[in-house]
Amino acid sequence: MAMIEFKNVQKYFGEFHALKNINLKVDTGEIIVVIGPSGSGKSTLIRTINGLETIQEGQLIVNNHDLASKQTNLNLIRKDVGMVFQHFNLYANKNILENVMLAPRIVLKRNEAENKKIALELLEKVGLADQTRKYPRQLSGGQQQRVAIARSLAMKPKCLLFDEPTSALDPEMIDDVLNVMKDIASDSDMTIVVVTHEMGFAKEVADRVIFMADGKILEDDSTAEFFTQPKNDRARRFLSKILEH
Amino acid sequence: MINIFQNYGSQLWQGFWQTIICSIISLFFALIIGSGFAILETVPNKWTHLIARMYIELFRNIPLLVITMFFYVVIPMYFVKISGFAAGTIGLTIYSSAFIAETVRSGIQSVDVGQIEGARANGLTFWQTMVHIVLPQAFRYVLPPLGNQFINLVKNSSVLAFVAGFDLMYQGNVIASDSLQSMNAYLCVGLLYLVITLPLSYYMRYLERRTLKGGA
Repeated sequence: MAMIEFKNVQKYFGEFHALKNINLKVDTGEIIVVIGPSGSGKSTLIRTINGLETIQEGQLIVNNHDLASKQTNLNLIRKDVGMVFQHFNLYANKNILENVMLAPRIVLKRNEAENKKIALELLEKVGLADQTRKYPRQLSGGQQQRVAIARSLAMKPKCLLFDEPTSALDPEMIDDVLNVMKDIASDSDMTIVVVTHEMGFAKEVADRVIFMADGKILEDDSTAEFFTQPKNDRARRFLSKILEH
Repeated sequence: MINIFQNYGSQLWQGFWQTIICSIISLFFALIIGSGFAILETVPNKWTHLIARMYIELFRNIPLLVITMFFYVVIPMYFVKISGFAAGTIGLTIYSSAFIAETVRSGIQSVDVGQIEGARANGLTFWQTMVHIVLPQAFRYVLPPLGNQFINLVKNSSVLAFVAGFDLMYQGNVIASDSLQSMNAYLCVGLLYLVITLPLSYYMRYLERRTLKGGA
């Protein structure tokens, strides 16, 4: 069964055609990595999935909700679809524990004791159990991103979106975050979509790799196939450049 | 000066309290109304935006005295009879709320958009995001300019003198003409305004320092 399905989706920013005729199906439990050069529409694509960007044409079904319809309550979708951002986007006025507990408390009405227990377990899981009373600005980028992951997981989502989660991090922090993401990928049955430049992560974790350029999906392959014999010329050039590093 | 306090103590005392009561009432409602219009202005809806803009631009750009006179003269003529104190307090509230709205709006707009997206992606509604994430940070940002607005409000309450509001300034005028010691009378009045505004000013500074120590 498909968790996410794009059918002939078009997205414009004014005159700019950001997503061109996107067709993509992501099955429940699948792990997808989206790669491509800057400005190719990867982030726009992932941001349409939880309605942070609207689409102008086509159909986008997420967890059986139609995102193109005005009647759809986006909050209902977002309850089940978490998102981790490039710049973490933690709440600056709340401490770490509160960052994780806020949405379950007011959106899911989870009771306080259970909420706290789940939050502490998750912070333990991402290696930050000793930082719960600190505020976001007191943590490093890598730590903040792991809090952001815990915050998303606290909603117990069916689907988790990662929008360049390691692009704003110092090199030595990247592995901490990638390891947490690998753990999640291996021991949960969530549907996961990751926009990233981390090819090692893609190779190790992804079921499928999507290559985008100029707002189009140019390649949609199984991971093994993508890294050994990409069909598209553009993808081949992109790969050879990025793998040299 | 001392003999002014001795001879006109009760008038000064009454004026002092009228000024404080008017200021507290105005401050309370101006903060609520101002914040309300600030939020309306940032709601992604062009009609609420337009309504908020009109309110703010209208009352920000008319002199306080004119607004107050409108309530003092026009309202009793066509609607209900209201006292000078009520007219002055309503005028002051509306006038101040326009400035507070502008201040709070700038605070709301300086909250990082990423945090708002983070909250919405986390499942919070627009209003939940406002209440839990945006407003607490917005008010921290605008505490210094808000303090200025509060002090201006106390000083502007002297508009009551023009509509027989029996405030400090009104009593000052009465005492000045009665005692024929204009300078001393107004010195006393000025001193009593300082008694209200200086502690307010220090309290706002204290709040600023305290929030700096806390989160963000």
